[in-house]
Amino acid sequence: MNVFDLIGPVMVGPSSSHTAGAVRIGLVSRKLLGGQPEEAELLLHGSFAATGRGHGTDRALVAGLLGMEPDDERVPESFLWAEKAGLRFHFGVINMPDAHPNSVLLRLHRGGKELRVVAASVGGGRIEIRRLNDMTLRFTAEQPTLIVSNRDHPGSVADVSRVLAEAGVNIGTFQVNRDERGGVAVMVIEVDSPLPDELVAQIRTLPDILSAVCIN
Amino acid sequence: MSVFDSVSRMLDAAQRRSLPLWELVLEASAQESGMSRDDSLRTMQQRLAVMRQADAGYNPAQRSPSGLSGGDAEKLRVHAASGATIAGPFVGSILAAALRMGECNACMHRIVAAPTAGACGVLPAVLLPYAAQFGANDEALVRALYVSAGYGAVIARRASISGAEAGCQAEIGSASAMAAAALVQLHGGTDAQTAHAAAIALKNLMGLVCDPVAGLVEVPCIKRNVIGAMNALSAAELALAGVESRIPVDEVIDAMRAVGTAMSPALRETGHGGLAASPTAVAFREAFFGT
Repeated sequence: MNVFDLIGPVMVGPSSSHTAGAVRIGLVSRKLLGGQPEEAELLLHGSFAATGRGHGTDRALVAGLLGMEPDDERVPESFLWAEKAGLRFHFGVINMPDAHPNSVLLRLHRGGKELRVVAASVGGGRIEIRRLNDMTLRFTAEQPTLIVSNRDHPGSVADVSRVLAEAGVNIGTFQVNRDERGGVAVMVIEVDSPLPDELVAQIRTLPDILSAVCIN
Repeated sequence: MSVFDSVSRMLDAAQRRSLPLWELVLEASAQESGMSRDDSLRTMQQRLAVMRQADAGYNPAQRSPSGLSGGDAEKLRVHAASGATIAGPFVGSILAAALRMGECNACMHRIVAAPTAGACGVLPAVLLPYAAQFGANDEALVRALYVSAGYGAVIARRASISGAEAGCQAEIGSASAMAAAALVQLHGGTDAQTAHAAAIALKNLMGLVCDPVAGLVEVPCIKRNVIGAMNALSAAELALAGVESRIPVDEVIDAMRAVGTAMSPALRETGHGGLAASPTAVAFREAFFGT
């Protein structure tokens, strides 16, 4: 129990789920992409689609993509800031079977690469990433989280664990998902302390690793 | 096991350790969250400062993105200042402060969720006018915020502070109980009186449904911050006079949870029941969202 969950969080209104949570979805997606997108397509599902405009969900998502936090007073004017920052965006509506009512599909483009994220705002400003590209997974990004994509060959999990162990990093949870045997796999590793950039860079140089990013 | 499992456990622990209630809450929370005492006090002071900034940053000309809200708090402020009120300027200032914060939230200003964004007006609406009227300093207000957080923590643990889970009684009701306890603390009441105030406040809003028009945190949410604040004031006044809740506060909290569970989903923040189902609300929703 933390008193600041009762007297707090500090946030731009009006809704912890539809506004603060939406900012966090944008922010975590930006980190997963490795920086600000040049172009973003944001497809709203369920309650996000139905009431998002009145809650400022659209402005909140764009604010997060620009790197703003949920208490940033620029959130309501994020569309103007996006223009200055060179972020092109457009909104649409989507119906995703089995998705949480407050969900969004983000199609983000940066440096010729595309990242697709499905995220849900699950209440009280808390979020879950539910899908990365075509991989179903689940993490909250509430603690430092390392996401590693690799070719599904034996040894990758051991290699990554070894690098973390040698750096004295303690692993809290470890998920491995893959699209098909021998295809692409994704590790989602929640660790107890933020990872330095050098360590993430070292993981990228391991055999069969396609990408590695840490949300600290 | 936590001191926040029940109010009786929380008050027992304070008494056993000869700590003021606010200090016990600070210590137990710091321990559970791993935050230092100094960081905790500094953060609580910042939360109070954000409440003040939001209150001062109110813009009477601004309207929410939906166009449903804005400008009402200013009407109250003018009315209260005119001397033409029924209940007098102090009560008038509480009504105005509750509307101000609710409207700030709807207009996407920076606020402190307490315990939620929809109920963010209740605590500042009693704390800020109280400080102006009785000259309470920031130290006293910060202590009152710890007491209110202690009650909020027990309610969150035993019941809920989410409208989607247990209706508006869990949001405005919980905020009102937290504010009632804070007022008793500020006015020099005993720990037991904070518990009676919280119990009375929660009882008097029991059954309140969450029925936001078009699903937006505006109608009736903003004006319910007013009843949350006024209910806190009356509950605190009763408790300070020595009136006791016949039902112990932990049992009131459990009853609130049971009522929340029994509520139809239409009345739990889905925007389908209560006021949200009224013809005017449905017409608004169709005009604004197109469905």
